[in-house]
Amino acid sequence: MGQVVLKGINKFFDSVHAVKDVNLQIRDKEFMVFVGPSGCGKTTTLRMIAGLEAISSGDISIDGNVVNGLAPMDRDIAMVFQNYALYPHMSVYDNMAFGLKMRKFEKPEIDKRVLEAADILGIGELLKRRPRQLSGGQRQRVALGRAIVRHPRVFLFDEPLSNLDAKLRVQMRVELKKLHLRLGTTAIYVTHDQVEAMTLGDRVVVMKDGVVQQVGEPLELYNRPANKFVAGFIGSPAMNFAAVTVTEANGSLIAENSGLRIKLPDEAAQRLRGHIGRKVMLGVRPEDLTVTGSVDLGHPCFDAVIEVVEQLGSEILLDMKVGESIMVASVEPTASVRVGDKLRVAMRPTRLHVFDAQTEAAI
Amino acid sequence: MSISAVSTTTLREAPPPRRQRLLEDERWLAFVLLAPTIVLLGMFIAYPFIRGILLSVTSSRVGMPGDFVGLANFYKIFNDGIFRTAVYNTFLYTGVTTVFKLGLGLWLAMLLNRNFRGKAFIRAFILLPFIIPTVLSTFAWKWMFDPTFSVLNWLLYHLGLITGRINWLGDPDLAMISIIIVNIWRGVPFFAISLLAGLQTISPELNEAAAIDGAKPWQRFWHITWPLLLPVTMVVMLFSVIQTFADFQIVYVMTGGGPANATHLFATYAYQIGIGTGLLSEGAAISLAMFPVLLLVVIIQLLYIRRVEVR
Repeated sequence: MGQVVLKGINKFFDSVHAVKDVNLQIRDKEFMVFVGPSGCGKTTTLRMIAGLEAISSGDISIDGNVVNGLAPMDRDIAMVFQNYALYPHMSVYDNMAFGLKMRKFEKPEIDKRVLEAADILGIGELLKRRPRQLSGGQRQRVALGRAIVRHPRVFLFDEPLSNLDAKLRVQMRVELKKLHLRLGTTAIYVTHDQVEAMTLGDRVVVMKDGVVQQVGEPLELYNRPANKFVAGFIGSPAMNFAAVTVTEANGSLIAENSGLRIKLPDEAAQRLRGHIGRKVMLGVRPEDLTVTGSVDLGHPCFDAVIEVVEQLGSEILLDMKVGESIMVASVEPTASVRVGDKLRVAMRPTRLHVFDAQTEAAI
Repeated sequence: MSISAVSTTTLREAPPPRRQRLLEDERWLAFVLLAPTIVLLGMFIAYPFIRGILLSVTSSRVGMPGDFVGLANFYKIFNDGIFRTAVYNTFLYTGVTTVFKLGLGLWLAMLLNRNFRGKAFIRAFILLPFIIPTVLSTFAWKWMFDPTFSVLNWLLYHLGLITGRINWLGDPDLAMISIIIVNIWRGVPFFAISLLAGLQTISPELNEAAAIDGAKPWQRFWHITWPLLLPVTMVVMLFSVIQTFADFQIVYVMTGGGPANATHLFATYAYQIGIGTGLLSEGAAISLAMFPVLLLVVIIQLLYIRRVEVR
């Protein structure tokens, strides 16, 4: 079992309100990812769950027991740190065995568990080495090994892949996913990388300025972001935004600003009935923009001039000037486009996002 | 193309002057850079040291060059009761003070390593005993231990702990305890600040990881902090042992080796015999007797430090 519940959690560092009224329910066996920009309170929240940071107010419970006053060692959790935090003066074996020795396990049991973990992680040959003699990826595995030998109720990960190079990071990401499927232990994972969040998480918590912005499955966040921040943070390249004014003409709704004027599709128009004459923020993802010629003429369209062409092989990213603002479109790698081309760009009508201009909440 | 262009320009350049070319050679450069240090060490360490050895095998006194006498001076001092007391005192003094300085210094360092208000100020303040010239602070201590004016006696008396005066520096054992106290007082800051610097190189994440791994505070100290601090501890101990073993100022000012030669150390006894009495060669022999012990301490500790660092 490993169910973690956060109820009204707050954290103050002197006068700084670092974590604001966080309520979360992390289910048993779930892989929960906290994501957000640096300073958003995600690591502090994790450290409060670990017991490394005192809670200013609220309750944290693991499997129904409030653990606020419990020392880290009594919470039955294991943590993997950003800089691995391996004990430099101990061998790999001793690093992994340390937690079991402290908990007075019998020697054969320690041996069995360490060898088992080393086998899972493929570090059997490294057991006699010291951390200094290992590569970054190997150290990462040892840090994981130290966590899994304990068979804890919850794994806590504090940006564990951020010190690895890009290629290794992708590889370890896959291995972490496999490890979770194999062990089935509840995991709470902190990262600032939205790709890690999307690929690893059963559910994702997006945080900003100490406040939870949205909790949901990765695709839910992607398709139905709760506000402009989540919309812009999840997805790469980021969503395009345009501030527009909603007007009514001939019974249909029009969104316009200095550079574009589009007839809103029915689905979006319905949501914006109440906003006629007001400013809203329009959002559309780069992959939901198409260069016309291949789309229905019924789609909302606007004119754009290509400023930069980024050829990625699998796709082309177009930086386009639309009126005063810049928008990015992702198009087929075979499209023949050049800097300076004038284009007619279409939006997929069902994929249009609208946000309140003041509150930035999704409409 | 560009490569050939570069090489032509190099060829056309005038060859550098001879002096500059010599310095390009690392062997010469090393010699030039080391020369000032070698000269200083030679003049102030090696030369006096060799003169000391030469002096110790003669019968020279103040105003008398003397003759070569072999190891006669050494035979003499080894049969000298005061010399034996001085040897015993030096080991006792060094041993006891080092243990206390390490213990108190480590304790202080761990306290100072925490976060609290006025941290920077307190850390600077701690260094005071180390900054004040030893002779000055020792004079202040001498006054505090004075049998008549002793502020310590006054304090103990008013606390009701004693009824009569304690003659701190007049009793051989109490005098030894007194100089040990002063040495500890003076030496703790050096240990505390050096060990604090060592503690700050240990990532707090390691202690957090150990806490999550189930280690209680003293286990975290014993399994994590202490082994990681050991190289720094050894270096600090090395310096401290050498300094304490050859200490002079505190004893000279506090007791002058008395009462009745009970608190002499190597250095003060060598001074008394060599300069005070004028028996230069015998004084030199006494100071030289320190050398093998110190050499052994240095070799053992350096070997140990190297082993710890290689791990």
